[in-house]
Amino acid sequence: MRQLIKQREVIVDEWRYADEDPVGRERALILPFARWKAEREQWWLWDGRLGVRIGPTDPIADLKNDFTRIGLVAVEFGGLAEGRGYSQAALLRSRYKFTGELRAVGKIQRDQLFYMARCGFDTFELPEGADLSVALTAFDDFSVAYQGAFDAAGVHVQRRTVAA
Amino acid sequence: MYQYDQIDQSLVDQRVAQYRDQTQRYLAGQLSEDDFRSLRLRNGLYIQKHAPMLRISIPYGLLRPAQVRMLARVAREYDKGYGHFSTRQNMQFNWPKLELVPDILALLATVQLHGIQTSGNCIRNVTADHLAGVAVDELEDPRPWCEYIRQWATLHPEFSYLPRKFKIAVTGSPADRAASRVHDVGLHLRKNEQGEVGFEVLVGGGLGRAPMIGHVIREFLPKKDLLAYLEAILRVYNLEGRRDNIHKARIKILVKAIGPAKMRELVEEEFAAAKDTAPVFDAAEFERIKAFFAPKVYESLQDQDVISGKPQEFRNWFQYNTRKHKVAGYRAVFLSLKSPTRPPGDITADELDRVADLAEQYSLGEIRSTHDQNVLFAHVKQSDLFALWQQLKLIDLATANIGTLTDMICCPGGDFCALANARSIPLATQINERFDSLDYLYDLGEIQLKMSGCMNGCGHHSVGHIGVLGVDKDGEEWYQITLGGSTGGHDASLGKVIGPSVAHDDVAETIERIIHVFVEHRQEEERFLDTFRRIGVAPFKAKVYAPADQAA
Repeated sequence: MRQLIKQREVIVDEWRYADEDPVGRERALILPFARWKAEREQWWLWDGRLGVRIGPTDPIADLKNDFTRIGLVAVEFGGLAEGRGYSQAALLRSRYKFTGELRAVGKIQRDQLFYMARCGFDTFELPEGADLSVALTAFDDFSVAYQGAFDAAGVHVQRRTVAA
Repeated sequence: MYQYDQIDQSLVDQRVAQYRDQTQRYLAGQLSEDDFRSLRLRNGLYIQKHAPMLRISIPYGLLRPAQVRMLARVAREYDKGYGHFSTRQNMQFNWPKLELVPDILALLATVQLHGIQTSGNCIRNVTADHLAGVAVDELEDPRPWCEYIRQWATLHPEFSYLPRKFKIAVTGSPADRAASRVHDVGLHLRKNEQGEVGFEVLVGGGLGRAPMIGHVIREFLPKKDLLAYLEAILRVYNLEGRRDNIHKARIKILVKAIGPAKMRELVEEEFAAAKDTAPVFDAAEFERIKAFFAPKVYESLQDQDVISGKPQEFRNWFQYNTRKHKVAGYRAVFLSLKSPTRPPGDITADELDRVADLAEQYSLGEIRSTHDQNVLFAHVKQSDLFALWQQLKLIDLATANIGTLTDMICCPGGDFCALANARSIPLATQINERFDSLDYLYDLGEIQLKMSGCMNGCGHHSVGHIGVLGVDKDGEEWYQITLGGSTGGHDASLGKVIGPSVAHDDVAETIERIIHVFVEHRQEEERFLDTFRRIGVAPFKAKVYAPADQAA
């Protein structure tokens, strides 16, 4: 059972990726971007919940009319050097008003979580074996920030802020 | 100058705590070498040839005496008793212990200094004209904008993992002493036809491999749009910049690949699309920042004759090392870190302490680092100049060579840097020995000599009137010579290679031959750069590579 951090709590993942074992009771499936694009019409009519997993070069603008159907976007990170996902998240929240679950997945580590959360990610799927209780403390690394940010509800927070 | 409030101080303190934790995790084997590398770089820590190198941010080159004394203390207690000013106005320590860096950063935080984003693929220290606020040709002081940008750029959640480093320079004067045309983004304060002040925006300049001059992508940007426009540039770069090859990852490569017109289109498109969600100009916040840069309280004085009856040595110093100040009765004074016996840009702990004292006594308690690796006292009373000169002589900071050949820029090079192909400091010694007559240097006029130990170009060789670049040939140190580079104002240009590289021991000789050609062709008081532009590379090439007996 995969565990992840969602809104600063450790939870059991309800979602399955398309290449994993059959969809469980939750019937919540994450498709690769290419597959969603190719099979969009048939999946739209499926009776479970749908998510899409995007890579750093996938054109997220292509999803802009799909958010009534897609409840989750998983953004792939290839390591610390991969920074495109931060802009993808900021765009999903600010430009495309995506209010569903925004998940960071791949080679992510504790030290990125503070930045990711401020770009609008609310769920963090760390690599297997990562100590999630330690990772949880990352959100408290800073109590202040100079920039506006997008919280999970897509609300733009004033710049130069002190956390509540 | 800007003073931290509780928000600024908390952020820096918490950053120290975060880095302490990261260092401990690394030392305990919980963070891989690679992952720690990316984190330590964001706090200014490189692993160098002999030891780590720690780079301390000096935002737009401005320091208070307490900060300079703290740098002295760090140099004394954690280094070998000296520090080095870089061409981006920062200070570098070459011998700190990795495990003690959190302690150093904690000390620095007590005087509002830090190493945040002085390295790594993120937005680096924002630099400005070192004469900001006192220059006679200035339209508006760029420093409040630098501070405004600094805060926005610090730990920016979206732009902390860019394809490559990102440097911004701001200038309020046409002379462009901030070298803004060779920055990733250059911002020039200017007036539009309606008389409003805003920014001309350049993108895609840079030194290092493939040096390039930036392109104007916005002729006039209203001030209120500054952060929104920078976000548009950064977002385009973050998403479109190359990440597959570190040498092709700077924004200049993107601009070159798609063309400046396309870059302008992408940025303008993003700027328009983000207009409802981009940072809104916070006028009250900007005014709060700006108040810290209000003009100093000057005495009401007249300009006076400073040099009559004084020794020639002092008169030279006055001519070369001081600059006009916009307030009558004052001068801006360069403290030369280019004496013949000093590695360019180096300063000892004792000298730093003394500089702090002298700044309190003579320059309204303010110290500046310059792009040319010198120190500047911006507010010296003309009546104090002679006394200050005498004091500076005692600590070897009064060499009257600012703007001359020996006011050379030089990176730490192969003596310290793990990246370097060749040493650069011994070249400085070699050149100082060869050009040891100040009178001769004065006759030659303004010549900018810039030397880098490798293609990364920390010594800005590509924009030197004379540029020297260390290259490696089968394990030997060789040096490529370029002529005709310039960062100044609207005539910024990149140097042209004159021919094959020269051996280490021949560099000073080569420069002397170049100077001979210049003297031979020079018209009246022409600058080296202007002579070069008039006659081109051929006459230089002919003499530099001639056999020894025909070179004279």
